Amino acid sequence: MARIIVLLKDIVDLTEMKVDPETRQPKTEGVKRKISEVDKRALETAIKLKESGEGEVIALSMGGSGTRTALLAALAMGADAAYIINDEALAGVDALATSKVLKAAVEKLGDYDLIIGGEMALDSLSAQVCPRLAELLGLPQVTYVKEIELGEGTLRAVRDLEDVDEVVEVDLPAVVAVVREVNEPRIPSLMNIMKAKRKPTEEWDAEAVGLSAEEVKASSSVEVLKVEAPKVDRKRIVIKADTIEDAVLQLAEAIVSEGVLER
Amino acid sequence: MAQNVLAFSEDRGLLIQLLGKGKELADSLGGELNVLLVGSNISDSGELAQYGSKKTLVADDPGFEHFSVEAYKEAFLKAVEASDPRIILIGATKRGKELAARVAAALDTGCMTECLSLEVDEEGNLVGERLTYAGSTIATEVSRRAPHIATIPSRAFETPEPGEGVGEIVTLDVSIPEPRVKVVERRDKVKGDMGLEGAPIIVSAGRGFKAKEDLKLLEELAGVLEAKVGCSRPISADLGWMEDWIGISGRKVSPKFYLACGISGTIQHVAGIRDSQIIVSINEDANANIHEISDYSLVGDLYTVLPALIKALKEKIG
Repeated sequence: MARIIVLLKDIVDLTEMKVDPETRQPKTEGVKRKISEVDKRALETAIKLKESGEGEVIALSMGGSGTRTALLAALAMGADAAYIINDEALAGVDALATSKVLKAAVEKLGDYDLIIGGEMALDSLSAQVCPRLAELLGLPQVTYVKEIELGEGTLRAVRDLEDVDEVVEVDLPAVVAVVREVNEPRIPSLMNIMKAKRKPTEEWDAEAVGLSAEEVKASSSVEVLKVEAPKVDRKRIVIKADTIEDAVLQLAEAIVSEGVLER
Repeated sequence: MAQNVLAFSEDRGLLIQLLGKGKELADSLGGELNVLLVGSNISDSGELAQYGSKKTLVADDPGFEHFSVEAYKEAFLKAVEASDPRIILIGATKRGKELAARVAAALDTGCMTECLSLEVDEEGNLVGERLTYAGSTIATEVSRRAPHIATIPSRAFETPEPGEGVGEIVTLDVSIPEPRVKVVERRDKVKGDMGLEGAPIIVSAGRGFKAKEDLKLLEELAGVLEAKVGCSRPISADLGWMEDWIGISGRKVSPKFYLACGISGTIQHVAGIRDSQIIVSINEDANANIHEISDYSLVGDLYTVLPALIKALKEKIG
């Protein structure tokens, strides 16, 4: 019976986020939030592993007030319980501080066989939390995983590296980070969505996991100074002609002049 | 703490790019540039002095023949003792990124992933620019506690010219832990079909297509241009007409030529095509955002434009 902790981050829905054309700032307020795409695949991985044997899947997230809603989706997909570390004093901390908090939360959750997360969250793109957590917990890390199976106290995985696919084996417990190719996450049924609301969800602050929020915040070292969309540097030639046929001919000329037909 | 810069990448070409930037940062700090080499039977450690490495720290052992994050971390920690760096630069390959995060945790310090620019501010902190929100924005971040760690992707910085530099080679004595993650097989990747990511010419379908069969029009154009066919998210995720989409959480492409056909150009799509050299849009909505980020725009109905374009291009090819 495997006990699997899945690390999930809820982020703004990037398909709905807009950029202010004047300031080039991303507009994130009021945008719907959801579980980051790769993390969702980590959850699907955990649920599949549970289904192939016996076990328990625990969703763990550090987030804000909206995280509870996002994690309902995780429970509907098949997680058995969800734990959220929500502490206003921790807003905006870096990957180092986040990993410290997650380590404390994992230890509070007790025994486990596997910790699974996504390669990276799609908002911060930092790709640090899984390796950091492995180091803090003194565990082996298996990153960039695109295939995985559990044995008796062991794990076998295929890692997707630039030059090779690496087949590895490791004794549990271990920390695994999956890539998006690992699977397609399921869409929960209506019945499972209803059931999700009755599954146990607990919310902790820093103190509840034995940490001082001030100390954690002080340990955070990387700070975001500003975020903006890059300037667009394009020719922006609008093809105009009396007839659509002439416009198409002009476009064909442009395609030729850009060397697209040169082999 | 010394004012040194320590650089590492298991990819030699990328390492030399790191050295160009590393030398500049070391000079601005008044410190020296050091390099870490990890491997088995390393024979070319002398070459790095030409790129400004004052001290090349070498961890040479049969146990380092293949990359193992835990073993390489031990070598790294020894190198940090020997170099006492203020800034650590690591090549942002997949292996480099997992190593950087693990080393950063061991050193209890921050790390900025995949920096596209780096400089030292007045307080001696490291400031970097990097992509966030799935590549649609650039964040400026500061690392406030040394040693500052940054990973750097390939081609973010130029390859410096070799010079006359003189440096020393220092052998590191590393005790390698028994590997806990055992590699049972390495399968070489099949090169050749790079898919959308490596395609030089891409034509792409959006919501402007009214039925799946109509994609044939685009496929015909792809045939003429020797292009790969892609699509925006709704065509794949919502309609299931194609397997994979271009954009956020989909594929990021960087072709020489990208033709967006019936695509409105939401920021999530634009983020995925930003690195294209030339973008052409065909969309009947004159106000569609895709026109804002295109080199050439044609406002028109794709059902009229595509057949005419295919005919015109065929005539050009002859």
